[in-house]
Amino acid sequence: MFFCEHMGCVVAVFLFLLVSLFLAVLPVAESNAQALPKATTPGLARTERETSEVRIGYIRAYAPQLALSVLDVPSRDEGVAGANVAISDNNTTGRFLGQKFSLDTVEVKPDADILPAFNDMAGRGVSYILADLSAAQLLVLADAARAKNILVFNVGATDDRLREEDCRANVFHVAPTRSMLADGLAQYLIWKQWRRWVLVSGSHERDHLFADALRRAATRFGGEIVAEKEFADTGTARRTDSGVVQIQRQMPVFTQGLPDHDVLLVADESEVFGTYVPFRTWQPRPVAGSAGLIASAWHPASEQWGGTQIQNRFAKASGRRMLSKDMSAWTAVRILGEAATRTASADVTQIAAFIRSDDFSIAAFKGQKLTFRPWNWQLRQPIFLGDGRSVISTSPQEGFLHQFSELDTLGIDRPETTCVLK
Amino acid sequence: MYRSVIFTGVVLAVLMEGPGSAKAFTAYVSNEKDNTVSIVDTETGKVIETMPVGQRPRGITISHDGKLVYLCASDDDTIEVIDTATRKIVGTLPSGPDPELFVLSPDGKRLYVANEDDNLVTVIDIESRDVLAEVPVGVEPEGMGISPDGKVMVNTSETTNMAHFIDTDSYEITDNILVDARPRFAEFKPDGSEVWVSAEIGGTVSVIDNASRTVKHRITFAIPGLRSEAIQPVGIRITADGKKAYVALGPANRVAVIDTATYAVEKYILVGQRVWQLAFTPNQKTIISTNGVSNDITFIDVASDEAVQSVTVGALPWGVVVSPE
Repeated sequence: MFFCEHMGCVVAVFLFLLVSLFLAVLPVAESNAQALPKATTPGLARTERETSEVRIGYIRAYAPQLALSVLDVPSRDEGVAGANVAISDNNTTGRFLGQKFSLDTVEVKPDADILPAFNDMAGRGVSYILADLSAAQLLVLADAARAKNILVFNVGATDDRLREEDCRANVFHVAPTRSMLADGLAQYLIWKQWRRWVLVSGSHERDHLFADALRRAATRFGGEIVAEKEFADTGTARRTDSGVVQIQRQMPVFTQGLPDHDVLLVADESEVFGTYVPFRTWQPRPVAGSAGLIASAWHPASEQWGGTQIQNRFAKASGRRMLSKDMSAWTAVRILGEAATRTASADVTQIAAFIRSDDFSIAAFKGQKLTFRPWNWQLRQPIFLGDGRSVISTSPQEGFLHQFSELDTLGIDRPETTCVLK
Repeated sequence: MYRSVIFTGVVLAVLMEGPGSAKAFTAYVSNEKDNTVSIVDTETGKVIETMPVGQRPRGITISHDGKLVYLCASDDDTIEVIDTATRKIVGTLPSGPDPELFVLSPDGKRLYVANEDDNLVTVIDIESRDVLAEVPVGVEPEGMGISPDGKVMVNTSETTNMAHFIDTDSYEITDNILVDARPRFAEFKPDGSEVWVSAEIGGTVSVIDNASRTVKHRITFAIPGLRSEAIQPVGIRITADGKKAYVALGPANRVAVIDTATYAVEKYILVGQRVWQLAFTPNQKTIISTNGVSNDITFIDVASDEAVQSVTVGALPWGVVVSPE
């Protein structure tokens, strides 16, 4: 790229590029003259000459999943669609700076060895990988990526251990943790003065992890768990022809005899019973957690803070509403776009240094800048609380103060971390 | 005669503890939530009329003769034209989808509109209602500024984080200047020497030198007791003499007063909640802020930089413009 001090020089460059562009498009221009953008092409051509490419990989564990409600069956392109919108956004910006962004997506099975897929991707020259994988897979990926100087952006796994005892210096966590989600929810319940909770959790490992996060949130913010109960997965089908007839009778009985409480919390990431709880409890009580009032990184109906624009852009590009994983992937790709723009570089060392610098921040339609926690590279972010239709609130709630950032009232804070970055 | 009228006005205004404007002007406030425009007498501070308009009114401006108000009805994908004499909507202009902010050319003939959804700046000939050009810009175009001679238009793109300088003869982008995150507003100094661009999420105002097209200064804000994330600069206005700038700071609930010679923040004026846009009265004695969350506007006395009076308008007031006479 060259620079001009004087208008004359700019004009000269313009004319030169205008002529060269005209010559270049001449063969097609005859049949296509009217379709050419009228005034802007020369202006763009000036910066389009030297293009550097930022190649981004996306590795996801995918298998078709069932859900209790067909509305909750994950979209085929969940996450990837968000990354694609951000690639397009980055390329719009890149036009002005001679930068191009591309996405290389690979799917593996949920419990598969991810090394072959990773090695293929690394062989194709990818320097940045978005990962939507299980915690175990992510750790394998992180260690393999480290050897090849590849940065990993976790957009799927909410496991706290990946940011704590199993943290890695080359992994940036864009997805919030279970503890951040649980804390966001708990702050709202406390703000509502709904302090007495019953916790019903599923029997799978991830249900236990979410239940742990809810228990921790209760201790942290002054909630009281007055009773706990497990809903064991006995391997029932999620879909039956007799529908909800039995559930209507079973769920009240299951929740009968609980001590008085304000809210019934459900920890069911496995989609075994959570959706069945609201409106079927023995006592008329609101439900929160994995059903009812749900904490998330994004809400498909959020229109605050310019959200309408990303929602429209996403819906237009992918034909559906934007979900949390889409937003995490969008944000990860935008983080790379922002770093490439600000450093005017596609170089991984420069980009990594920029993202790790103290003044790095990213805008993601959440009402304030998002920054990384330097002790474990977790992205600080507000948490959305919504039911199936709309946003009820966002946390941190008013009054939950913090000496550094109110966003650090969500999740495991610096003094508590067990992460030693290496 | 003229002098004495002004003098009497000042005395009256002071006596009434009114908004402090020496002459009655009419302010038009777009209320984003309840689809109305509040018409306010700037001398008495009274809402004269609340008129129904299209859906989600945001950006608002007025013709140089004061006869027509132009209003972005964002969710109706149109610009409405309001006759200020009859206070009726007398027409629409083709804006492209989701118009949010726009700027009128100094000759009053063209409107430059930011179309957030399509990454375009649309240029409209007001008289013929023709779209003269669509200029592709960065992601989520928003802020629109025009040089005093009308030759340069500056658009800011909120996700690309740039100020795009557009030549208004050729509709070409000549310069793309990187600013801080989520640039919302672009305002030229009256002498055309600088463009001030606010960054809502970045929390700064970038001062761009119009000759060299480089950021010559970055203004930052610090308010004791307020976390930095709450300082979100949006609307900017600079006095006609070019000496003072006012910056609306969003959820910081304050308007910053800046000395344009030193770029030092002289004062933070507490107004209402989530202050977004600003407008001077034509005599420059008063600047009005729209305070979205508290549903009011605040009159600030420019001489003393004190908030004089707040007036309740419609729900979520967004933009404001004052009649030229």
